Amino acid sequence: MLLSERVTEKLEILADAAKYDVSCASGQSKRENKNKGIGNSSGFGICHAYTEDGRCVSLLKILLTNHCIFDCAYCVSRKTNDIKRAAFTVEEVVDITISFYRRNYIEGLFLSSGIFSNPDYTMERLVRIAKKLRKEENFNGYIHLKAIPGASDDLIREAGLYADRLSVNVEMPTEHSLKLLAPDKNHKDVIKPMTFLKEEIAGRKEERKIIKKAPLFAPAGQSTQMVIGATKETDLEILAMTDYFYGKMNLRRVYYSGYVPISTDNRLPALGTPVPIIRENRLYQADWLLRFYGFKVNELVGWDQPDLDLDIDPKLAWALRNPEQFPVDINTADLEMIKRIPGIGVKSAQRIVQSRRYRRLQPEHLQTMGIAYNRAKYFLAFSTPFSLHKDLTQEQIKQQILKLQQSKYEKNFSSQLTMF
Amino acid sequence: MTTLAYDGTFEGWLTAVFEIYEYKFDDVEFSAEGVSSNMFSMDREVITDPRKAGRVKQGLQQRLSPQGYQQLYQAFYSEEEKIERQMWLYARYAFASKINIEGDQRNPVVWNIYKAAQKVRRESHRMKAFVRFQLTRDQLYYAMVEPDCDVLTLIARHFSDRYADQRWLIYDGKRKYGIYYNLEKLSVVEMTFHTSTPGVEVWDEKELFFQKLWQRYFGSVNIQARKNMKLHLQHMPKRYWRHLTEKRVEL
Repeated sequence: MLLSERVTEKLEILADAAKYDVSCASGQSKRENKNKGIGNSSGFGICHAYTEDGRCVSLLKILLTNHCIFDCAYCVSRKTNDIKRAAFTVEEVVDITISFYRRNYIEGLFLSSGIFSNPDYTMERLVRIAKKLRKEENFNGYIHLKAIPGASDDLIREAGLYADRLSVNVEMPTEHSLKLLAPDKNHKDVIKPMTFLKEEIAGRKEERKIIKKAPLFAPAGQSTQMVIGATKETDLEILAMTDYFYGKMNLRRVYYSGYVPISTDNRLPALGTPVPIIRENRLYQADWLLRFYGFKVNELVGWDQPDLDLDIDPKLAWALRNPEQFPVDINTADLEMIKRIPGIGVKSAQRIVQSRRYRRLQPEHLQTMGIAYNRAKYFLAFSTPFSLHKDLTQEQIKQQILKLQQSKYEKNFSSQLTMF
Repeated sequence: MTTLAYDGTFEGWLTAVFEIYEYKFDDVEFSAEGVSSNMFSMDREVITDPRKAGRVKQGLQQRLSPQGYQQLYQAFYSEEEKIERQMWLYARYAFASKINIEGDQRNPVVWNIYKAAQKVRRESHRMKAFVRFQLTRDQLYYAMVEPDCDVLTLIARHFSDRYADQRWLIYDGKRKYGIYYNLEKLSVVEMTFHTSTPGVEVWDEKELFFQKLWQRYFGSVNIQARKNMKLHLQHMPKRYWRHLTEKRVEL
C-alpha cells in the first residue's frame, strides 16, 4: 500500500509539472491493432475528459522526472525552483499507461522530461519506455515523445520508430527572449533535431511508398509549442515563426501556451498577472486561418499592425480592413472566397457550394444551414436587393457585430485591455 | 394516412418502405410499438422480410453515396420524434430525383436527416470518450452508459478493434441491453442490470487504486489560473457525470 501511495504522489507531481505543455492531439496517426494486441490510433483523436479549465484530457501527460539541470525562468521545473522533485521508473510509466488505457481513460501517453545528467541519458530513458510499450506490451495506442535537444541522432531516430508524434518545443518565439530567460539554450539546438526529424519523416514516407511493410516513423508528424505573453514579442513575430514551422519544417501543429505566472523572477510577468487567454485564442484562430482558410500571415498582421485585434477575431478584422472584397455573392463566388466570409466556416462553405447546384440560395436558406448569419449578412450579396452593407461604415459593422456576440471572456476583457 | 407498425429495426423500416411502394400508400406514419394511437388512420402490420429490405437497401445504395446511405442509417438511431417518417421522405426524394440529393441541404428533409445523423455521430463519439471500464474479479471490464441516442451497436466495432485482448461489456442503462466481447466475437446481450453501479465487492483488487489514481491525475492536470467552468460543462455535460470515474465523489 505504501508503494501505491508513493506512485500516486509521484503522479501528482509529474502531471502537475507537465500540464503547461498544451499539446493534446491524439489523432492523425495510422497505427492499427495487430495480432490481438492492445489499442489502436488510426482515426480521429478522442478527448476522454475535460478539466475545469476546459482543456481536453486525451493522453496521460507526464514528465518522466522533474529533476532538471537547466534553469529556464519560465519553467516550473527549473533547477533553482524550490519544489518537490520525483522520478518514475520505466516500469511505473508502462504500468500506469496500460492500466489507464484498458479502462478507456486515455488515448495513450505523452511523455516529456526534465533533463537529468545529460540529453542522451534522458532521451534513452524515454525511448526505453516507448519501446517496452510497443515491443513487450504489444501496445498500439498513441505515443507522443519529446525529442530532447542535444540528444544523439541515433536516439531520436529510434524514438521515431516507436512514437506516433515527436515534438521539440521552441518555447520562446525569438532567440532574444530565449537567451533572456533560458541562458543555457539557443534556437539552433531546437531547430537541429526538428530539421533532422523533418528529413527522417519525409525519407521514411518515401520508403513506405515502395516497401509497404517498412516500419512506421512518427506517423503523426511533429509539433512544437511557443509560450505567449512571457516576453515582449508581437503577434507578427510569433506568426512569422508559425509560418516558418508549417512552411519550412512541415510541422503538423504549432501550439501557443499563454504564460501562467509561476515565478517571482523580475524578467517575467508578476504572479497574479492574468493568463493572456484572449490573445492565445486569437493566435489559434489565426493559425487555423493559415492552415485551413488559405490566408497568408501578411494578410493578418503587418509592420503597420503587428498584433491581432483582441476584441474581434482575425477573419472579421481582415474583412473589415478589406471592404473592397465584399459583398460576396455566394451563388457564384468560388469556395476560397466563401471561406473568407466572416461567420462561415470551412464546412459551411463546402455545403454552400454543394447546395447551390440545386437552387439559388437565399438568406433564409443560409439561416437554416448552420451559418452565423447575423455576422455573415454584412458581407453577402444576394440576387434580391440586399444592401445592408452599403449603408454602414466598417466601424459601424464592427460595433453591431460586437453587440451581437457575448464574449465568453468579457469579464477579464476590460482588465486586459487596460494593460496595453 | 396509414400507420405502418414495424418491429423497430432498420431492416423492418426498409421492409416498410418496400410495402409503401408495393401497396401505393400515399402518406404514412410509422409505429415501432405496433398499435396505432390515431383511431382515424388505417393500420398495417409490416413483417420484416430480408428480401424486401434488401431491394430497398440496394435501391438506396444506387442513388446515394456510401456516406449518404450511412447518414440515413445513423439517423435511424437518433430517436428523434417521427424520424422514420423523415427517413421515408428522404428515401422518396432520393428515388424520385434524377440526380443525387445529398447536397441539397436547403431542403428541410435533407437537412433533418443530416442533423439527426450528426447528432448520432456526436453521441457515438462521446461514448467512445466517456465509457469508463471497471475491472471485476473475474477479469471482465464492464462499463455503464446512458447515451442520448441508441448508439451501442454503432460503437461496438471501435471497442472490439481497440480492446481486442480483454473481455468487456458495455451496458446501456436506459435501453436495458449491452454489447459483450468475449475475445472472439461481439454479441448483444439483453439483461436487467441495476443502474446503481456495482462497487468494491465485485472489483478486482487493484481497481479501486486505479480509479483513485485517475481521479488524482484528473485533479492535478487542471490549471486553476485558467478556470473556465462554462467550457468544462459544455464539453462534459452534467448528465454524463454519474458514470465518469473522475467525476464520482463517493470513491
